[in-house]
Amino acid sequence: MSLFDHSIKELEAKLHNKEITVSDLVDTSYKRIKEVDDKVHAFLTLDEENARSKAKELDSLEDTIAKLFGIPAGIKDNIVTKGLRTTCASQFLRNFNDPLYDATVVEKLNAEKSITIGKLNMDEFAMGSSNENSSFTPTRNPWNTDYVPGGSSGGSAAAVAAGEVLFSLGSDTGGSIRQPAAFCGVVGLKPTYGLVSRFGLVAFASSLDQIGPLTRTVEDNARVLEVIAGHDKMDATSANIDIPTYTESLTGDVKGLKIAVPKEYLAEGVNPEVKEAVLEALRVYESLGATWEEVSLPHSKYAVAAYYLISSSEASANLARFDGVRYGVRSEKAENMIDMFKKSRSEGFGEEVKRRIMLGTFALSSGYYDAYYKKAQKVRTLIKNDFDKIFETYDVVIGPTTPTPAFKVGEKIDDPLTMYANDILTIPVNLAGVPGISIPCGFSPDGLPIGLQIIGKHFDEATVYRAAHAFEQATDHHTKRPQIGGAN
Amino acid sequence: MNFETIIGLEVHVELKTKSKIFSPSPNAFGAEPNTNVNPIDLGYPGVLPVLNEEAVNFAMKAAMALNCEIATDTKFDRKNYFYPDNPKAYQISQFDQPIGEHGWIEIEVGGKKKKIGITRVHLEEDAGKLTHGEDGYSYVDFNRQGTPLIEIVSEPDMRTPEEAYAYLEKLKTIIQYTGVSDVKMQEGSLRCDANISLRPYGQKEFGTKTELKNLNSFAFVQKGLEFEEKRQEKVLLSGGEILQETRRFDEKTKETILMRVKEGSDDYRYFPEPDLVPLYIDDAWKERIRKEIPELPDARKQRYIEELGLSEYDATNLTSSKEMADFFEETVKNGADIKLASNWLMGEVSGYMNKHLKELHDLALTPEGLGKMIKLIEEGTISSKIAKKVFAELVEKGGDPEEIVKAKGLVQISDEGQLREVITGILNENEQSIIDYKNGKDRALGFLVGQVMKATKGQANPPMVNKILIEEMDKR
Amino acid sequence: MASITKEQVKHVANLARLEITEEEAEMFTDHLSAIISFAEQLNEIDTDGIEPTTHVLDLKNVMRKDEPRHWITREEALKNAPDHKDGQFRVPSILE
Repeated sequence: MSLFDHSIKELEAKLHNKEITVSDLVDTSYKRIKEVDDKVHAFLTLDEENARSKAKELDSLEDTIAKLFGIPAGIKDNIVTKGLRTTCASQFLRNFNDPLYDATVVEKLNAEKSITIGKLNMDEFAMGSSNENSSFTPTRNPWNTDYVPGGSSGGSAAAVAAGEVLFSLGSDTGGSIRQPAAFCGVVGLKPTYGLVSRFGLVAFASSLDQIGPLTRTVEDNARVLEVIAGHDKMDATSANIDIPTYTESLTGDVKGLKIAVPKEYLAEGVNPEVKEAVLEALRVYESLGATWEEVSLPHSKYAVAAYYLISSSEASANLARFDGVRYGVRSEKAENMIDMFKKSRSEGFGEEVKRRIMLGTFALSSGYYDAYYKKAQKVRTLIKNDFDKIFETYDVVIGPTTPTPAFKVGEKIDDPLTMYANDILTIPVNLAGVPGISIPCGFSPDGLPIGLQIIGKHFDEATVYRAAHAFEQATDHHTKRPQIGGAN
Repeated sequence: MNFETIIGLEVHVELKTKSKIFSPSPNAFGAEPNTNVNPIDLGYPGVLPVLNEEAVNFAMKAAMALNCEIATDTKFDRKNYFYPDNPKAYQISQFDQPIGEHGWIEIEVGGKKKKIGITRVHLEEDAGKLTHGEDGYSYVDFNRQGTPLIEIVSEPDMRTPEEAYAYLEKLKTIIQYTGVSDVKMQEGSLRCDANISLRPYGQKEFGTKTELKNLNSFAFVQKGLEFEEKRQEKVLLSGGEILQETRRFDEKTKETILMRVKEGSDDYRYFPEPDLVPLYIDDAWKERIRKEIPELPDARKQRYIEELGLSEYDATNLTSSKEMADFFEETVKNGADIKLASNWLMGEVSGYMNKHLKELHDLALTPEGLGKMIKLIEEGTISSKIAKKVFAELVEKGGDPEEIVKAKGLVQISDEGQLREVITGILNENEQSIIDYKNGKDRALGFLVGQVMKATKGQANPPMVNKILIEEMDKR
Repeated sequence: MASITKEQVKHVANLARLEITEEEAEMFTDHLSAIISFAEQLNEIDTDGIEPTTHVLDLKNVMRKDEPRHWITREEALKNAPDHKDGQFRVPSILE
């Protein structure tokens, strides 16, 4: 049994009682990374020297009171870390060794004394659903390394599932926390848009991006969110609200909870074993005293199209700053200014990034703006209205996180549309800005995890956690651990 | 001339907030390259803009002074283009909801007044500064990046380069009055691009316009437009066609030179800035800003004419800058006569400023000093001539005019006994002049006054000298 | 059915400052055509009178006070630059 099979709360007690030291925890991390990361490839950059010296420093303190005291964490590589290489898994930023500042979430983690073990692999600039778009070695699924871990926070989910860190931070623009959490059998929350500061998150689609925690348990997840949530004056889109103590909402009591199950979320295209796992989960909820009804989110089927237009348009502007002037890799072939831009960007970006930049540039270009970008923004309003209406009656919306369990490496990489369709159940949540969590709810016959998605009202993470925690307590899916390996 | 000239101007004005529009970096001119920058200004990955409230207040103030309607709902948009001085490769600007619209200002050319429409005033961020090295490379300094800017777009209401000049002068004065910008073209805090086209008299549609850039003074704007007016006329008269071009004004040759021909319109792919939330400017906010706007030049000028009895000429000059008008009013408050204060400011003070290329705030002279000095003249303590000596001291070193007069012994000699003694002596040495005077030669009196002044180093009270001289000569 | 031509793809690549080969142009033409055709389904929905959503939260007037502060040094500003000289970022000449 690994120290990481304990919850943060349990480790807090062990540290407090001097049963273990922070250095033990950091050791556990690096030892496990050395054991398994050449198969999993969750990490892009390790910060071992700093982590070990910080552990020593914490071990020398009398006072162990901090919410994440000594807890080893991994940070997705699109969240900037001062003095620690931040690449977004892109060749363009392969030498971006000091982003000069810490993201607000990193400052908050530091303030609560967690220890950054390293930076986690991802799809380049968070564009992808399989981690195959990492320009370094793609991350593999710890449950079966022939399979993808999901994406774009594939490294964040795999590192937690493989027991390399106790928790990680990911980012979610269209499902990038929840989908890999589902594929890797861990808990991943995308908070309400505006709950967690985006300052220091390398922007993909600014109106959709949110940072969130990935953990083994709901309790740990709630604890990390308590630390990273909250208003930030450096982010004008961050909400100025009081942050509840989410861990206090984990009562195990869901009696009278009203669950909406959108028929679109269990429609054709959803794998039967996934559907069965979700229905089984609903039976668990019923047994706990909750009720569920089938509802409709009629505009769900348009979400993927609207999402790709909106996110790619925003991305086309957000990724324009990678021009080879102030940071990143400038093409050695650049002889004039236009060359510098074109060659640096073409050499630095992978195919999927280029594809989305071009789609977004097209959707915003003169003559097409109204037909594509603005139309998509209007559809976004309708999708948001769908949720608002459901939440007038119900407390949470429940469905699968993904239509299928993890797919094989290489299976979908050549067909962008098929890959995009994989996010059909997570994307509407980002468009509406509501919170959504994925928790383990079973395994496929191949032994791959299946994720249950619980969606809540704006800023009602407390109810989402309460529902997730009650299910977790009633089941044992979250206690299963992967045997790292595959056929290859 | 067979053609009517149509001119519209786009003016960029830097707002002098303490920090930048979207980042807390200091907003200052003239610092060492890349010292007033932070990761936000450099467009680092992950940074976000947060709007500076004062930039909005300043933009509103300027727009109000230009008689614009202020938007209630407004927002920012991204304008996308790649350039080394544009670090995010988009400029945060305002596209379809500018902060101000439908404004106007009044200009006067050749004694005729004319209203020039202002289409819009919008708020945006300035770019960095790109220079070209002799080594074949270009260099970027991002200090200027993120300086708040307002872009003021005029209607195509100007018909002559002279009107364009008058518009710029007036615009500059008004903005300067509001205090939101230094409006110094030489420091780039005011920049101007000019659009010009020609059309046959009577034709309704505009002709194809060209855009003039690199206009580094108001005089160059006028000269560039004059050149372009003639060039376009020549092209049209020879049956040619004007192309939609951007042209650069060459300060040496005073000609405009083709930079590039525009093909269609640029595709800036504007879209709403997702990192900034919309602005809702309610009436209370608008009123708060409106109250902060000082009396503007036209109103002030009218008041000087009507209430202070100054001539239109004097009033125009005194109100041409807020600093001058404020100085004038303070001088009068310190006891100076209105007309004398006006004369001194327009005369000696302006003369000194022009000669030394200085502005009022560069001088040691204060309104208190000037006011007191003028009061000393009025009271007869010093003569106007002596006053010039006092002024020379005041303007260079400042100080209290009374002290200067005392220290330098410049007090006017009004003591009758003392003067009579000096005069008696002079008369004793100039018998011939007394004879000439008595023979009716007036010049003799003037000569004798001169001798007295010389003997008293100009300090003798002139009316008294006259009076005593005549008395003494009559006695002889 | 809407689609995008290879010429449009090249134009868009130029706007986005991406250099693409002829083969890439063909591939992206196929991909983008498919995605755009897929996006055409949005036209099934009547969105007349529907306001576009740019911000999912109804926040307004988020501003900061005009307080200047220094954050990084010039050395830091230039630290990650591919090329710099005399305190400035150096780029290939913008003049052709």
